[in-house]
Amino acid sequence: MIEVGSVIAQKVFWIDRDLLKAYANASGDQNPIHQDEVFAKSVGLPDVIAHGMLTMALVGKFITDWAGGSAPVKEFSGRFVKPVIVPAGAKVDLTVSGTITEVHGDDVRIDIMATSAGVKVLGMSKALVSFSQMSSL
Amino acid sequence: MLNPDSVGRTFTGADVVTVTQSEIDAFAGVLGENNVIVAPPTFSIRITLAQSQQLLSDPDVGLDWSRLVHGDQKFQIHRPIVAGDTLRCSSTIENYKVAAGNEIVTVRSDLHSGNELIVSTWSTLVVRS
Repeated sequence: MIEVGSVIAQKVFWIDRDLLKAYANASGDQNPIHQDEVFAKSVGLPDVIAHGMLTMALVGKFITDWAGGSAPVKEFSGRFVKPVIVPAGAKVDLTVSGTITEVHGDDVRIDIMATSAGVKVLGMSKALVSFSQMSSL
Repeated sequence: MLNPDSVGRTFTGADVVTVTQSEIDAFAGVLGENNVIVAPPTFSIRITLAQSQQLLSDPDVGLDWSRLVHGDQKFQIHRPIVAGDTLRCSSTIENYKVAAGNEIVTVRSDLHSGNELIVSTWSTLVVRS
C-alpha cells in the first residue's frame, strides 16, 4: 500500500575508486578531483571525492528499484551538501532511505535521505514518480 | 565575473547528439542495472554537462568553469531517453547572484528531440571566490 508516511526500506550502496573511474567513463565527467588524490588534496579537499552526480545516480537507482524501472520517474532533485570522501582501497557507504510525502492519483512524491559515514551528503532530495505513464512504455 | 547581460540568454547547440544503447548500457551498468531499455533518470547529465559547458564557455558570458562546484541539480523528465533519440541541447542562465563573494549561477538545459521537449535540467553552480 502506497500512502503518505510510508517508508521505503533503506538500501546501502558501496562506493570505491573503481566505481568512480567507471562512472567517470560512463558519464564523461573526468574531473581529476574524483580520481587523482594528489590533485584533490592540492585544491583543498581531504581526499578524492565521489561525483555528486554519482551519488545522485545511485539515489536514482534506489528510486527506480522501488518504482519498478526508470520510466515512471518524472522529477528528481537534490542538493550536494557534503562530499562523499573515497580514500584509496576503501569502500564507503551511501545509505539511502525514503519517505512518501504525497499521493495524488498515480503521482507519488518521495523525500529521500542519503548519508555516507553517518554524514548527510544529499539534502532536499525529492522525486516525483508517476505510475500513469507506465503504459506508454 | 559573469557578464550580467548573459542572464536570460539561451544558447542553443549546433550539434544533435544521437543516443546509443551502448551509452545507456554503460551508464546503467555502473549502477548495477542490466538489460535496460530506457535511460536511468540522471543519464541526461552525460549530454548536458559537456554541452552546457561548451555553450556557456563563450568569453562574452564570463563564467569561470575551472573554479565551479556543483551546488544542486534537478531533472524534469517529460519522457525517458531511449537509444536512437537525437537530442539538441539549449542552455540558459536563469539566475545569478553573488553571496559571500561566491558567484551562484543557475543553468537550465533543455534537451529537445525535434520540437519535443524530452528533459529539462537545472544545475546550480557555485564559482568559489
